[in-house]
Amino acid sequence: MEDSGDDDSAYRIKQGDYVVLKRGDIFKAVQIQPKKKVIFEKQWFFLDNAVGNLYSATFEIVSGVLKLQKPKDPASSTDAKEVGTDNRNIKDDGKSQKLTRDDIEALKEKGLKGQEIIQQLIDNSSTFRDKTEYAQDKYIKKKKKKYENTVTILKPSCRILAMMYHGREPGKICHLRYDTLAQMLTLANIHANSKVLVFETCAGLVLGAVMERMGGYGSVIQMYPGGEPLRAGVESFGFPTHFHDMLHDFPICRVNALLAGTLATTVKDPSCADPKQPNLAAEETKNQPQGEQQGNPEEQSMETNSAAAAAAAAAAVDDKEKDEQEKRREAKAQERKVKLEEKRKKLLSVAALLEGRNADGLVIASRFHPCAVLMGLLKFLSPSRPFVVYSQYKEPLIECYTKLKEQGGAINISLRDTWLRHYQVLPNRTHPVLLMSGGGGYVLSGTTAAMDRAKPASSQQAEEPAHKRPKLTDTE
Amino acid sequence: MSFVEYSDCIQEGDIAIIYQSHDSMMPVKVQQGTQTQTRYGVIRHSSDLIGQRYGSKITCSKGGWVHVLHPTPELWTVTLPHRTQILYTTDIATITMMLELKPGSIVCESGTGSGSLSHAILRTVAPTGHLHTVEFHQQRAEKVAEEFKEHRVDHLVTVRNQDVCKDGFGVTGVADAVFLDIPSPWEAVKHAKAAMKRHGGRVCSFSPCIEQVQRTCEALVDQGFEEISTLEVLLRVHDVRTVSLPLPDFGPDPSAPTQLDGTEKTTPNQTTISLKTTVPPREIPGHTGYLTFATKPRT
Repeated sequence: MEDSGDDDSAYRIKQGDYVVLKRGDIFKAVQIQPKKKVIFEKQWFFLDNAVGNLYSATFEIVSGVLKLQKPKDPASSTDAKEVGTDNRNIKDDGKSQKLTRDDIEALKEKGLKGQEIIQQLIDNSSTFRDKTEYAQDKYIKKKKKKYENTVTILKPSCRILAMMYHGREPGKICHLRYDTLAQMLTLANIHANSKVLVFETCAGLVLGAVMERMGGYGSVIQMYPGGEPLRAGVESFGFPTHFHDMLHDFPICRVNALLAGTLATTVKDPSCADPKQPNLAAEETKNQPQGEQQGNPEEQSMETNSAAAAAAAAAAVDDKEKDEQEKRREAKAQERKVKLEEKRKKLLSVAALLEGRNADGLVIASRFHPCAVLMGLLKFLSPSRPFVVYSQYKEPLIECYTKLKEQGGAINISLRDTWLRHYQVLPNRTHPVLLMSGGGGYVLSGTTAAMDRAKPASSQQAEEPAHKRPKLTDTE
Repeated sequence: MSFVEYSDCIQEGDIAIIYQSHDSMMPVKVQQGTQTQTRYGVIRHSSDLIGQRYGSKITCSKGGWVHVLHPTPELWTVTLPHRTQILYTTDIATITMMLELKPGSIVCESGTGSGSLSHAILRTVAPTGHLHTVEFHQQRAEKVAEEFKEHRVDHLVTVRNQDVCKDGFGVTGVADAVFLDIPSPWEAVKHAKAAMKRHGGRVCSFSPCIEQVQRTCEALVDQGFEEISTLEVLLRVHDVRTVSLPLPDFGPDPSAPTQLDGTEKTTPNQTTISLKTTVPPREIPGHTGYLTFATKPRT
């Protein structure tokens, strides 16, 4: 399937596309909307000019709009550069740069491009020519990072978004590092045409990553706490619309009813905003956009309040208006009734997907204590299927491990984390990068198996091999 | 059963994974009339395996039991017969995400080796993608092609027995991603570029030695690749253990409160504190290889 030269449309930026802006290692996810100003790395600009261009194109930000950057000239160092041998005579007194901050600002205002400002800085540096070639390179790279005003527009992918979230807003994703996410996706054997359960509070990043690896085939069920599923991050992936047909959601407050078989009879209002769980609902509504907050409490109290409201209103106005108001109220009540019924139907249809307890995979990554979540949701998996649980901390996963061993039904259980290190690879300057990630969270993984109640006759405690007792005290 | 799609019950011809313990698993080809030896006794395929649900407990002739699992690329990686050094799940997972593999991706790989990464790629790109894999060793190429067939994934892969550095991948302009795990990857960079789609794509080279990495990065720069990044990822396993730490005996405590009748209060005899924690294994893999990623721009 060689690509034909003119089938570019899939690779061109369109209005409404979700894209990722990039400069160096800084990423930001935005949506291309007409005449919308975005801020990126302290610069404001419009994205309109990006439309029609190819993805991965680099633009310069000039007066708040984007200009396609001309292809880079190869490092124009044809003249023999003046270069030093070492830094023994370079005094670090802060006086080597002749240009002041105001001078540089003036240059910026004059409209000088990043490359030109850097050249000015080099020309006005008394120590530049004494630096070694490597030090000069390093200096130029540093200035480029500071004065460059380019931005590259990328097509979103799990890799890019995971790196973005980890660099920009790790708190939103429970400090899940991108390689840890990679481990989870592989350990859970996420692939097309399977049925996967996801419970996450990572702004939708994990959910989106799972969806990307399923390619629109199969189904993903987002189990969510509280009143509404939160998955703003999924939008940033820019999936084709049909991907959303495979995405379902189910509130965990209905899981017990579902397992007991009483879901159809007990549920009138599918939302979990009932008085018995005020804390959960309150917490979730706090995080939701304003509009959604109104929805549930209104529906819930509609029966009690509308009667009182009707009485009060009737007394204050004359009959004709009273009639019209009645009609409007009835119409609204009818609307709400229809919506509620739709919600209920949807809930029951997703319940049907879960009832068979034949899901193929389970992925948990949240700020909730993982033990309870895992034990509650494992029941929905077929035997011989993988599950992965992420936690920012190790101890909750130790508890999960212990519980799983006690309960049975899971084998090949492993608690792990990964160590990630980047390298700078340059001739004669190859070494690991100075800073590295201190931690990326922990993952517990395992495979479901038929429950075994009876302990085997022979010593088959194969998971925890007998370890030598410490020989310090011989009292035992 | 297939390595790219789950099924519920074991059938003749399936590859099933017999799980005895975390460190003891083996793949078996399920066949009528065949038997498999385990340390707990014999498993008779016809009566014990065929028709059973994956995930079941299987009682062996000596009375002990094992579990039988549906194969996955991850289980295959730890049970496959090695013909070469293989890539393990930690590197495989990182490669999969960083190369942006997903259903429909077209991938080129060399060398195939024992097929560890290949199976993982096939699982990820199924059902609409394809893997073009090149292996210069004839027997290895034949063996892995046989396995792909047995694992019911052969429709998703093309194995070519040639030298990627001389003859490339056998296709041009089709790949979304290219993976190199060969002794001299810098010689294959231009072939990688040719195999990739004009619109661009991702490339990855895996090398144990830093000198190889340096030469490869140079070649990538020369061929116009961008976003070149080298990293390494290591697995750290945490073994959960309950440990008992003995408490020291400093002798009877003179400042301890005495009871009303003048005798010393006898505190409950606590000689140890028990806690649940994790311990690292004594030795861990400290290095597998450096992973170098890059993006091919539009050409």
